[in-house]
Amino acid sequence: MSEIAPAESLRHRHLLGLADYDADEIRLLLSTARAFRDVLDRPIKRVPSLRGVTCCNLFFENSTRTRLSFELAEKRLSADVMNFSASGSSVSKGETLKDTARNIEAMKVDLAVIRHRSAGAAHFLTRCIDGIVVNAGDGQHEHPTQALLDALTISTLAVPGRDGLGVFDFSGLRVTILGDIAHSRVARSNVYGLTALGAHVTLCGPRTMMPMEVVAALDGRAVTVTDRLDEALDGCDVAMALRIQLERQGTDVGLTPSLREYHTMYGIRPEHLEQNPDLWVMHPGPVNRGVELAGEVVDSDRSVILSQVTNGVAVRMAVLYLLAGADSFTDAEAGA
Amino acid sequence: MPPPDPVKAHLMDAADMARTLDRLARQVVEELDDEAAPADRLALVGMQTRGVHLARRLRDRIEAIEGVRLPFGVLDATFYRDDVGLGTGRPTPIVQPTDIPFRLDGRRLVLVDDVVYTGRTTRAALDALVDMGRPASVRLLAFVDRGLRELPVAPDYVGRHVPTAPGELVRVRLDEEDGEDGVWLVEKS
Repeated sequence: MSEIAPAESLRHRHLLGLADYDADEIRLLLSTARAFRDVLDRPIKRVPSLRGVTCCNLFFENSTRTRLSFELAEKRLSADVMNFSASGSSVSKGETLKDTARNIEAMKVDLAVIRHRSAGAAHFLTRCIDGIVVNAGDGQHEHPTQALLDALTISTLAVPGRDGLGVFDFSGLRVTILGDIAHSRVARSNVYGLTALGAHVTLCGPRTMMPMEVVAALDGRAVTVTDRLDEALDGCDVAMALRIQLERQGTDVGLTPSLREYHTMYGIRPEHLEQNPDLWVMHPGPVNRGVELAGEVVDSDRSVILSQVTNGVAVRMAVLYLLAGADSFTDAEAGA
Repeated sequence: MPPPDPVKAHLMDAADMARTLDRLARQVVEELDDEAAPADRLALVGMQTRGVHLARRLRDRIEAIEGVRLPFGVLDATFYRDDVGLGTGRPTPIVQPTDIPFRLDGRRLVLVDDVVYTGRTTRAALDALVDMGRPASVRLLAFVDRGLRELPVAPDYVGRHVPTAPGELVRVRLDEEDGEDGVWLVEKS
């Protein structure tokens, strides 16, 4: 399995989504993230790699862990950090994304991290500014760094019969993504990332939360769809529960009759762990306890939710570090 | 087989390298002291990539000479380089593992690299090491010193001094990495 080599450099200037990143590039991001994971365990958790680089975090949508994670990653790399939140900014006075971006660029920002409620906002930003753009979640489109941190977390799991996880070969791994697939950018990025690495993904959720047009567009990838939880968990190695995003569904859509019924039909409960003793449970957070996951499952030793958070900082460090570079490095320079 | 670059001189063959490693091992052995258990105080740290192989060979030779198996670590100082990323015009190097399975505090380290040139890689390595702990001392062992230093870095142990010009490179090829042992002076291509 050691023959699976990552790319020597990223072929993309930005990280807008994983749909157009190939397996080699994803492995490069993950292997670099693993090196940064080690840095986070050192007494001094900071390296000087991005000294002199200015990063701006443009958060047009509420976020806690993603924004903190990016900010921490930037600081761990010794970058200069600017934070922007839509609330309390000129956006509330009617300023457009383009004008906001161009004003921020006029402040000589090298790299912008953007979260926005609209799909495509990160792509749009690349046409407004010269700097590097990292998508921290755009509407229902993609959330690539979340999928990368999920993959890094999976690579650390002990899964019987899957010895390649440590070298990011997910061949034969069975992952179930569970819940509100329709509104989840995390699900999309994970489908692209996990299948690129060789995993088989089962999408499971109520039919009202299953975007069949998106599923159809995944033709050719190792993806199956079901609305039955027992079927989805049968033979599954990792179950990734998604947050029910009531704020995206609106109040009158009625995608599920009640949260209690959702938990009954699609919530992972202790009996599921008993029936599947090798099953690992993940969740991008924040968890609605008693909805996607029973509280006992969140707190169980089969849950790696907090590892996901730690790995998030390392993954974002790797993304920023690699995007700030360019092509491959020559031996001559490396031997200096 | 020589390296792919235009070769200007074949500086060392496998036998030369073995003799040089033997000498360097004996010089490092002199660092061992009798007052404390040596393996508790002295350790080898190889710098990725070829420094790691050289450090491993030195450890084996020291074990054969002295009967002491020194702790051994692997260091990649890529994150501490000052010549990569935005604004430098230099691309980002691939990161390789760092694995130092012992505490650095109070330890006397021998840092092993294949070639010392500008001194910038050594500076990066020192920054990395002091971020990981507080070694009692750090000695630098360079298999080849090609001169042209840009920083005040001086190796404590040198396998071979090779005066070079900026347009030249010293290629140290090792069996573990390249399928052969040898040192060549080549034209920068």
